[in-house]
Amino acid sequence: MTLFLEQLLNGVQFGVMLFLMAAGLTLIFGIMGVINLAHGSIYMIGAYAGTFVATQTGSFWLGIPAALAAAALAGVAIEFLVVRRLYGRDHLDQVLATFGLILIFNQAVTMLFGRQPLFVQMPSVLDGSVELLPGLSYPIYRLAIIVVGLLVAFGLYLLINRTRIGMLVRAGSTNREMVRALGVDVRLLYTLVFGLGALLAGLAGFMAGPILAVQIGMGEQILITTFVVVVIGGVGSIRGAFFASLILGIVDTGLRAYLPGLLRQVMVGPEADALGAGISSMGIYLLMAIVLLIRPKGLFIRNS
Amino acid sequence: MNSENSFKRPALLAAVLIVMIALPLIADATGYSALTSLATRILIYGIAAASLNLVLGYGGLVSFGHAAFFGIGGYVVGILYQHYSLEEPLFGFIPGTNQMLITLPVAILISGLAAAAIGALSLRTGGVQFIMITLAFAQMLFFLFVSLKTYGGDDGLIIRRTNELPGLNMRDKQTVYYVCLFITAVFFALLWRIVNSRFGNVLVGLRQSEKRMAAIGLPAYRYRLMAFIISGMGCGLAGALMANFLRFASPDMMHWTKSGELMVMVILGGVGTLFGPLIGAAVFIVLETTLAAWTENWQLALGFILLFVVLYTHGGVQALVSRLMGKR
Repeated sequence: MTLFLEQLLNGVQFGVMLFLMAAGLTLIFGIMGVINLAHGSIYMIGAYAGTFVATQTGSFWLGIPAALAAAALAGVAIEFLVVRRLYGRDHLDQVLATFGLILIFNQAVTMLFGRQPLFVQMPSVLDGSVELLPGLSYPIYRLAIIVVGLLVAFGLYLLINRTRIGMLVRAGSTNREMVRALGVDVRLLYTLVFGLGALLAGLAGFMAGPILAVQIGMGEQILITTFVVVVIGGVGSIRGAFFASLILGIVDTGLRAYLPGLLRQVMVGPEADALGAGISSMGIYLLMAIVLLIRPKGLFIRNS
Repeated sequence: MNSENSFKRPALLAAVLIVMIALPLIADATGYSALTSLATRILIYGIAAASLNLVLGYGGLVSFGHAAFFGIGGYVVGILYQHYSLEEPLFGFIPGTNQMLITLPVAILISGLAAAAIGALSLRTGGVQFIMITLAFAQMLFFLFVSLKTYGGDDGLIIRRTNELPGLNMRDKQTVYYVCLFITAVFFALLWRIVNSRFGNVLVGLRQSEKRMAAIGLPAYRYRLMAFIISGMGCGLAGALMANFLRFASPDMMHWTKSGELMVMVILGGVGTLFGPLIGAAVFIVLETTLAAWTENWQLALGFILLFVVLYTHGGVQALVSRLMGKR
């Protein structure tokens, strides 16, 4: 039971990370109609910038503003230089241009930091674990990620539903042309949304640092999973992205934790482990295929 | 359409073909024996990219998962070879083989079946969702093959020797090149027939306006599925050839970046043109090889070139060349 709860918390933690990525991606998708493969690169930039500053200064906390600033800057620069030219273009052009950006960023980061993965020391406050229930102790750092993620989700909820900018964002994701026709400075709105998405991706990247290694290609791994989240949740829906992130996080973690054990009862050890790992990696894609076949526009978009 | 012009210039085509036939001799004469291997890779990727172009360029369906079929083709060759060399039948009754006359058709058949299954499900969606669901299926297959320890898992499958063709010495790189050249020529002739047939026209019509096609009474789904299957078969053929050429099949063949590379080739050469993808494959592979020889950071240059092509050329290298030459 405690093992189950622990895995559940791990799932929620992974889901929250996915949400930080997916929130930006789904907004960019929904409002600007742009497929941005470079979102994973922004995640990587945040991780590298934050980790670099944290190790140089010896303070984890100084890494946070560095990660956020670097990611937001990179995001705004990408929007200004490249993505701005891609509005209204084919999806194909968008995929390829941002694929080019991935190559550029990966190579640039390799040139700056080398191929060795970076590691960042957790701050002592967050190191160690806390006993949640009798017999269930859980790492504080992971709990902190969950708290931060939920706070961001709540903040986004307020931003989208209670402010003027949020109103424009909602309007923009429903009908882009109409918002423009009403005299809103759409370009500024686009840059703002892109910057916000980049900021969240950078935060996710830096927080992932102490758990996963900070390395080249870290962005692409999470990017594809994030796309699955966005598509399952429904393009443009933050609420959809939130629930889809949690569902995927829990399903993925659960499969990885339990499937090899189940298979081991019918197969030889190492083969069961390999097959179990493979099938658990397939799990989220299978889920996405099933969801799309039943609801082609995603779970949280009404089919018109 | 450009495709029709492509064959109205038979002189140019004949000249290119003669150069291709003479290429190994040129390579020997100039001492660049690596040229033959380079050209073989270009031909194989040309087949794959042209197959993808059938759905992507002519059909307007952005598939981000075509590396799956490329990988399936490769694994068919690899798995049949493994069962042949271990002399134990697959599933207990299918004997392995190293005969190319058997492995290539089987590779085409299996990838066609996979394309039928994946296409039938994916084509129920459209737009962004189509891109993502094709990617999802390719990822599933990627992870499946990574986890299959029997067939090498992560490390891939080594094929000790290139498949045999009766009467030919397939250990010779030049022979392999000529076999690939022959298959490429047949493939493009078939593709030309398909593109210029009624079927090809319907496919282009569907890209331009599905509503009008529906109004004439043409079922979009069936035509698109057919195109998707043909395209998958072409990629499977290319994968089988690649496994023969490299004597290696690995999950990397179906990694999502491979799907991206195939798309890059299509767009470099020109979307929706018959020979564009072949030119694109040539440009991509020559760029990759020369940039890699010149600097370790070749991906940086490749990224910038890609950005430039997408943002500024509108139609790839072919369009760029004809615009520079003042043609329209």
